[in-house]
Amino acid sequence: MFTNKAAWFFWLIITIGLVIYLVMQLNSKDKTVFLPGKTSHGHHQIEMACSACHTDAFGGKDVLQNACMSCHGEELKIADDSHPKSKFTDPRNADRVTKLDARACITCHVEHQEEITLAMGVTVPEDFCFKCHEDVAEERPSHAGLDFYSCATAGCHNFHDNRALYEDFLEKHLGQPTVLDEAKVTSKSELQQYLLIVDYPIAQYPIKQLNKNDIDAPSEAAKNQDINRDWLETAHAEAGVNCTACHTTKTESNQTTWTDKPTHEACATCHKPEQDGFLAGKHGMRLAQNLTPMKPALAKIEMKADAHDKEMTCISCHSSHRFDIKQAAVASCLSCHNDQHSLSYKKSLHYVLWQKEIAGQAKDSSGVSCATCHMPRITHKKGEARVVISQHNQNDNLRPNEKMLRSVCMSCHGLEFSIDALADTGLIKNNFSSSPGIHVESMDMVRKRVQEKSN
Amino acid sequence: MKKQTIILAASIVSSVILAGCGGGKSGGIEPKEMADALHSVMEADRTVYTRLIINRLAKEEKVIKASEHWKDEKALVLPAQMFRYGAERVAEKGAPFSYSLLSEWPVNKQNKPKTDIEKKGLTYIAENPGKNFYGEEELGGTKYFTAIYPDVAVAPACVSCHNEHKDTPRTDFKIGDVMGGVVIRIPVKS
Ligand code: HEC
Repeated sequence: MFTNKAAWFFWLIITIGLVIYLVMQLNSKDKTVFLPGKTSHGHHQIEMACSACHTDAFGGKDVLQNACMSCHGEELKIADDSHPKSKFTDPRNADRVTKLDARACITCHVEHQEEITLAMGVTVPEDFCFKCHEDVAEERPSHAGLDFYSCATAGCHNFHDNRALYEDFLEKHLGQPTVLDEAKVTSKSELQQYLLIVDYPIAQYPIKQLNKNDIDAPSEAAKNQDINRDWLETAHAEAGVNCTACHTTKTESNQTTWTDKPTHEACATCHKPEQDGFLAGKHGMRLAQNLTPMKPALAKIEMKADAHDKEMTCISCHSSHRFDIKQAAVASCLSCHNDQHSLSYKKSLHYVLWQKEIAGQAKDSSGVSCATCHMPRITHKKGEARVVISQHNQNDNLRPNEKMLRSVCMSCHGLEFSIDALADTGLIKNNFSSSPGIHVESMDMVRKRVQEKSN
Repeated sequence: MKKQTIILAASIVSSVILAGCGGGKSGGIEPKEMADALHSVMEADRTVYTRLIINRLAKEEKVIKASEHWKDEKALVLPAQMFRYGAERVAEKGAPFSYSLLSEWPVNKQNKPKTDIEKKGLTYIAENPGKNFYGEEELGGTKYFTAIYPDVAVAPACVSCHNEHKDTPRTDFKIGDVMGGVVIRIPVKS
C-alpha cells in the first residue's frame, strides 16, 4: 500500500516530468501535442505556426480577431462585406449581438473543430440568418415559407460577399444569353504597362533582346546548353533579364554572390504582385509562415501519388528557364491534382476552347484553362496605374463559388446561366461538360418583381 | 520664445472657451448640449452634400448619377450612405457616441425604428415639425442619452429620389417634409 508520502512523491515526479516534456515540445519544431483539435481545411497547412493566429499567449478574442483580420481583412473590404463589424457595434443592434455576436469572426468560424466545420469554414447551424431576418417575407413576399437553411446554400445570398448577388445587379443582367457575343477574359497587360507596378532594376538590366554572347553566368553555370536555349527562347532573354538578375543572393556581409537555385524571393524582385497572391493561397501559405514548402502529400484533396513529394514554389508550376505560361495554366495543375473536377477537364468544352487558343485558331484569352477560372485576370492598382495580371491566390475566388461570377464566368456567360451552373455540384464534378441541371430561382423572383413594379 | 508665449496664451483662451461650453458646470458638457452640437455639424454637412453635390450635379446639371451601387455604377454616393459611412468610421475609431439615420418610411428596411425610444421619437418629430425628441434608454446593459432630430427634405433631389425608389413605402414626400430622423446616442452613467 502507498503511504501518503509516497503518493505525493509520485505526483511530484510525474508533474515535473510532464512540465519538462511540455517545455521541450514548446521549444521543439513539432508542437502537435498542443493542438486542441484538428484544424480546418483553411488553416491545416499552417497549424504548426501557432503564433500566426495566437500572436499573444494571453490574448483573448481581440487578439484572435486581429489575427483573422490581418490575413482576411483586405479581401473582406474588397468584397464590400455585407456584414462588417461596424454594423454590429451600433448600440441599436445590441439585442442582435446577444443572439449572434457578428462582431467577432470566431463566433461562426471556430478553429480546431473539424468535426463541425462545414464547407465554408462555418461552425454554427447554417440557418443563422433567421436571427436577424426573421421577418424577411414582410418586405419580400416571394420569400414566404423559404427555409432559412437555404439562404446561403441555394445560390442566392452570401453572408459576406454579395457583389454578384444583389437585386439590382441581377435585374441589370436579366435576359442575357447563355454565351455572350464577345466571350473572352481580359487580356493581360503588355510589358511596358507591367513595369509600372513592379520595381524592375532597369538600370542594371535595360530592356533589350539578349543573345548567347550576353550570358553573364559564371563559366561553369553557363555551360548547360539546354538551359541557355530555354532562356534564350523566353520573354526573359527578350526583355533583357540576364542570368544574374535571378541567380544572385546576398551574403551575410551584404555582398552579392551567384546562387544555383534562386528561391521564390528572387522571382518577387520583379513579380511581387503575383508572389503576394501565391503566398496568400494554399500553394504558398506555408512559405509565407516560414515553414517548409507545401507538398501534395499534405493536401486534404486528392493528389496524384507520384506527385506527393513535389514542393510548391514558383518553379513547380512555371518550371525554371522555360517559364511556359501554357504549361503553367493546365499541365502543371494536372500533374498534381487528381480529383474528379480536374480529371474531367480534358473532356470539357472549355478545354476545346483552350486548345483552339493555344493552336492560334481562336482569339487571345478566349480559351478556358484551369488558370482562367482559378487564377483569374485581375486589375492590379498602383498609384494611377491599372494593370491586368493573373491572381496567383487560387483560393481568392474559390469559396463561396459565387465569387467566380464576376471574376470569371460573366466574362463569357450570362448571369442567370452562370448562377445555375455554379449551383450544380454534379456539373462542377464533371467540369461543366453538360448543361446546368439546376435552376436557381433568384432571377425569376427579380423578373417577377420588375413586372409587378411596372404594372 | 515669443511663439511659445502665443501658443500658451492661445491654449488658455481655448480652454476657457471650452469650459464655457459646459455651461459653467464642473462636470463638463451635458449630453444634450453635446448631441445638439454634433447634430448641427451633421445636418450642415448633409445639407451641403445634397445641395452642392447631388442636387447640382445629378439633378440640375445631369453630369453624373447618384446611386446606391456607386462603385459598380461609377456614380455619386447617396446622401444616406455618405452619412452612414461617416457613422461607421466614427464607430471604428471608438468615439464615445454613435448615430444613425432612420425613418418610419424607410427605403432600406434596416433603417426602420427598432427600439421603443426610436419608435416614439420618430413619431414625435413627424407630428411636431421643428421639434427634437430627447430620452434615455438601456441597450445591451448600457444606459444611453438618445436624441432624435428631424431629417427634412431640403432639396428636390431628396423628394424625387425617395418617391420614385422601387423599395419606398411612401411616394408623396414634398419639399420641407420630415422624411425621417437622425438618432444620436451618448452613453451616460446610470
Ligand atoms: C439619389 C437618391 C436619394 C437622394 C437624392 C436622397 N436619398 Fe435618402 N435614401 C436613398 C436610399 C436608396 C436610401 C437607403 C440607403 C441605405 O440605407 O442603404 C436612403 C435613406 C434615407 C433615409 C433613412 C431611411 C430610409 O429610407 O432608408 C432618410 C431619412 C433619407 N434617406 C432622407 C433623405 C433626405 C432628407 C434627402 C435629401 C437631403 C435624401 N434622403 C436624398 C436615396 C436617396
